[in-house]
Order: sequence, then C-alpha cells, then structure tokens
Amino acid sequence: MLNQLTISKLAAKLAGREVSAREAMQSCLDQIERVDGNIHAFISHDAADALAQADAADKDISAGVQKPLLGIPIAIKDVLAVKNQPLNCGSKILGKFISPYDAAAIEKLKSAGAIVFGRLNMDEFAMGSSTENSAFGVTRNPWDTMRIPGGSSGGSAAAVAADECIASLGTDTGGSIRQPAALCGCVGLKPTYGRISRYGLVAFASSLDQIGPFTKDVHDSATLLGVLSGVDLRDSTSVPQPVPNYIAALDGKIKGLKLGLPKEYMIGGLDAEVKAAVDAAVKKFQNLGAEIVEISLPHTDYAVATYYIIATAEASANLARFDGIRYGARIDGNDPTELYSRTRGAGFGAEVKRRIILGTYVLSSGYYDAYYLRAQKVRTLIRNDFLRAFETVDAIVTPTSPTAAFKIGEKSNDPLQMYLSDIFTISCNLAGICGISIPCGFTKSPKLPIGLQLLGKPFGEEMLLKAAHAYEQNTLWHQEKPPV
Amino acid sequence: MAAAEIDIKYVAHLARISITVDEESKLAAQLGGILGYIEKLKELDVTKVEPTAHAVPMVNVTRPDEVRPSLPHEDALRNAPKQAGGLFMVPKIVE
Repeated sequence: MLNQLTISKLAAKLAGREVSAREAMQSCLDQIERVDGNIHAFISHDAADALAQADAADKDISAGVQKPLLGIPIAIKDVLAVKNQPLNCGSKILGKFISPYDAAAIEKLKSAGAIVFGRLNMDEFAMGSSTENSAFGVTRNPWDTMRIPGGSSGGSAAAVAADECIASLGTDTGGSIRQPAALCGCVGLKPTYGRISRYGLVAFASSLDQIGPFTKDVHDSATLLGVLSGVDLRDSTSVPQPVPNYIAALDGKIKGLKLGLPKEYMIGGLDAEVKAAVDAAVKKFQNLGAEIVEISLPHTDYAVATYYIIATAEASANLARFDGIRYGARIDGNDPTELYSRTRGAGFGAEVKRRIILGTYVLSSGYYDAYYLRAQKVRTLIRNDFLRAFETVDAIVTPTSPTAAFKIGEKSNDPLQMYLSDIFTISCNLAGICGISIPCGFTKSPKLPIGLQLLGKPFGEEMLLKAAHAYEQNTLWHQEKPPV
Repeated sequence: MAAAEIDIKYVAHLARISITVDEESKLAAQLGGILGYIEKLKELDVTKVEPTAHAVPMVNVTRPDEVRPSLPHEDALRNAPKQAGGLFMVPKIVE
C-alpha cells in the first residue's frame, strides 16, 4: 500500500512511473477515511485540494521535472501557516482564521514539490505532552487507542505512525516532536535552534521553538531537514550556517564514535522496560563500534523548573496578540479591556490560561529577578553542561521519555506530573542543541513503542543522523506497524 | 523556602483573561504547587552567571531597509471579527 511507503521508496516509484502522485495521495486519503475516526490525528483536511496538488505533481513528473519531494504527501501541524488553509493551533480563539500566507517551511516544502495537506491535531498552542489539551478533541495512539500519542505534536506523530501520510511537520519547544515520535514509534527530529526559519510558525516560546520532521525512517528525516534548513531574512533568529548534504552523512561509519551516557538520566521514575530497551540500544551501538563514555550533566534536575519559567514567560508575551481585535473570535465588551478579557477568558483552554497566568506572574514587577532572571541564569548553567560534555563526546544517548504512552486522562488533572514527563527532552531546547528520537523497542503488554533519544552539538545534525541511521540499519523496530 | 502567595485574580487581570471563581481556586492550588516546585532553583548560586536569552547568540541582525511587497490590505483585514472602511473596528476608547 502506497501510504505505508517512506519518502525515498515512494519517490523512486514516482520517478520510475510505477505509480502516480494521485494514487499515492488517494491511498493516504483512503487510510484517513479508514482509521482517523478512531485516531483523530487530523483536525481537518481538504481532499479535493490535495488531489489537485497531486495532479499538478503528476504533470511535472511527466514533463521530466525533478524535485526532492515531488508528489510526496506531507501533513502539517495546525500551528504552521499554509496559505488559504485554516489555522487554529488547536484552539477556539482563532475562530475561522484562514492563513493569508505560507510559512517559510511550507514555502520550502512546496518548492521541493511536496503535496502539503491537512491540519494535524495538537495541544492548544503546543502547550502539553499528550494532545489532550486540544479544543478539537484528543488524538489517540495508533498502538493503543486508550492511550495518548504524546504531545504537543500528537497528531503529527499519530498520522505518520498510522500511515495516514508519508511524513509530517511538527514543532518542538520542550520535546513536542521527540516525545510523541517516541510514544508512536516514528522518527522525530528537533533541529538546532535557528536551523529552520520560524516565519509563519505561531510562536509559543520564541527562544525555544523549532520546526522539525516526523518520518518513517532516518533517511527521510535527513531528506526533509535538507529541504527545510537555511537562513531566512524574515526570521532574525535563523542562523546563516551552510546547509550540508545530510544524506551523504548516512554512511554507516560510526566506528570510534563517542557516545555520552549521562548518569543523571537514570532516575527513579524511569520505567524498567524503557531502561532495558535503552540499555540494549547502547549495547548495540557498542557492537557497531561506538565507544560509550559516562558523562555528567549536573544541572539536569533544574531543567523542568527553568523551562516552565522561561517558556511561560515568553508565552505570556507571545499570546498577547490573541485579543479579538485583528483576527479570530471576539466577545464584545463595553471597553477594550473588557473585550480582551472576555475574548481570552472564553477562547483559551485551561492549560493555556494556566501558563499565561504563570508567565505573567514570573515577569511581573517584584518577581522578575527572583524567577525569570534566575531561570535565564540557570539556563546558562544547563547550556554549559552540554557544551562541556560535547568537548569529550560526539553525541549523547538517553531515553526520550521515562515511560511508554500513558492512558488518556491519567495525568490530565496534575499539571506538574505532566510537566515532569518531559524531563529528558526539555534541556535540549534550553541549550539550543539538536535531538532526534528513533524507535528502540517495545513494552511487552500492551505492546507500545519505546524511543531512544540522541542529542547532538549545535548544528551537529549530520553526526546525529549518521548515528541514528547506523542504529536503524541494524535493527527492525522502525518497520513494525501499529494494529490500526 | 515557601513559594510566594499568588494573587490569581490580580495576575489574571494583568494578563487580560477573565476567570470564574471556580477557575480562580483551581488555579491557586495548581500554580501554588508549580511555584513550590520552581523554588528549587533557589538552591543554586547564580551570582556570577550571565543570563541566556537565546541559545544561539546573534546581535544586531538587520536586513536592508527597503520597501518590499507585503500583505495586501484586504488580506490583512480578511480575518478581522469586525471591520469598516478598511479599518479594524474596536469599542470606544476615548470618551
């Protein structure tokens, strides 16, 4: 079935005229029709528009046009602007918003020939780790529909895992790509801060947010990173760093690669089956010629607290734009203040209100130094931990998440417990480094995917992909399919 | 050290979010717990540490100050909840 293929396999079939882009797109649409009633990865999708894009791709293919993603169906998290498509960020507050322009990442996908379709479900404004905080309902894990797919990019992970698309885009502020990729059993890459332009991405925490791909294997991740990367004058934080040929890095040569194992990550809450799978993966790397070095990241224990000050502070400022004046839903009031408060009170969900209020508090007069400034200083310590570690190792290996997918509702009434489930992914965003999650095993009963996280130096994506690819080539985890 | 008491009603007003009495008490309990957890940052001595605002430090990023095509007027207004005469409509601000 075409919807199950990777980018590279489908691209080869399209180039060889074995199949058409229309057939590939239709196969994804059929799968959505068949399974998305249960999974609910998509908030919406426009089948006619997707098929029209497929027909245009088929015309290009017949004309001999060659583009890296020509005719490949790629679905998009509902936080990236796609011209003339709805944009809701999983929230009520945007009402019937239609994007007037394409995000930079979307422009890149389109000019590479991709069929850009669908609005994938997410925690409201990317705030959450379970996709339970969406105004459009929960997304379910394709491996067990009683369980969460992870979050905030739960729709992006579930859609790839359930073969409803060939690949997807998500965003990662504290683990929102890597954690759902781990819990759904796909490959999720968070590039270095500044690698991909954030123009047209609705901001949650501007100093932490980064766009990245969800794919069925590491090769596809390298393909998409190559397409998406590069400096953009419309995002002053995108970095003018050359874009290497990431595919060329996938040479399997990891002999002598130094992998760091942080001793602080073997914490109490780490599930025994997750630990066993990660230990086995580390052994595998050793057998493939990598050298394992124990390292220390001494400020690990402070990462979650630091994150929830910085991310909420930035969110409280970024989300001020949702005021019912220029776009979205509006609830009238007698004066502007009443209009803002009523609109925001009715439009935002509980988690978003909680974080805006926390962020407003830590920035408010009298508390700024004690909370926000202190968190920024601890962020320096966390970043220095990583830079010091990377003086002796090429990459760091950890579990992606302390447990496999938990049950829907299990943590939704305890925000702090939910925040602590991000413990292994959050530091990467604070330090501005890159990270990837790849499948490394399953729990026994129920059978749920386990993810392995590799963390790399700033702009060290080649090394990261090389190591991930070498592991993947010698394991079969990524080929397993959920029972949808 | 105990977390500071948070005046939810006041902070919600600063954030321009109307909340119900029920939300107020729920938020007080939840944010109290989160702030209590955050207190652990006070264990660290940060007196000689510079703050990090961005992980990839870049300064004075500019682009040429040139007029370029931008969003057409009607596209910018297309999503407005209320508009008239090519402008956003808001409640009366000045008496």
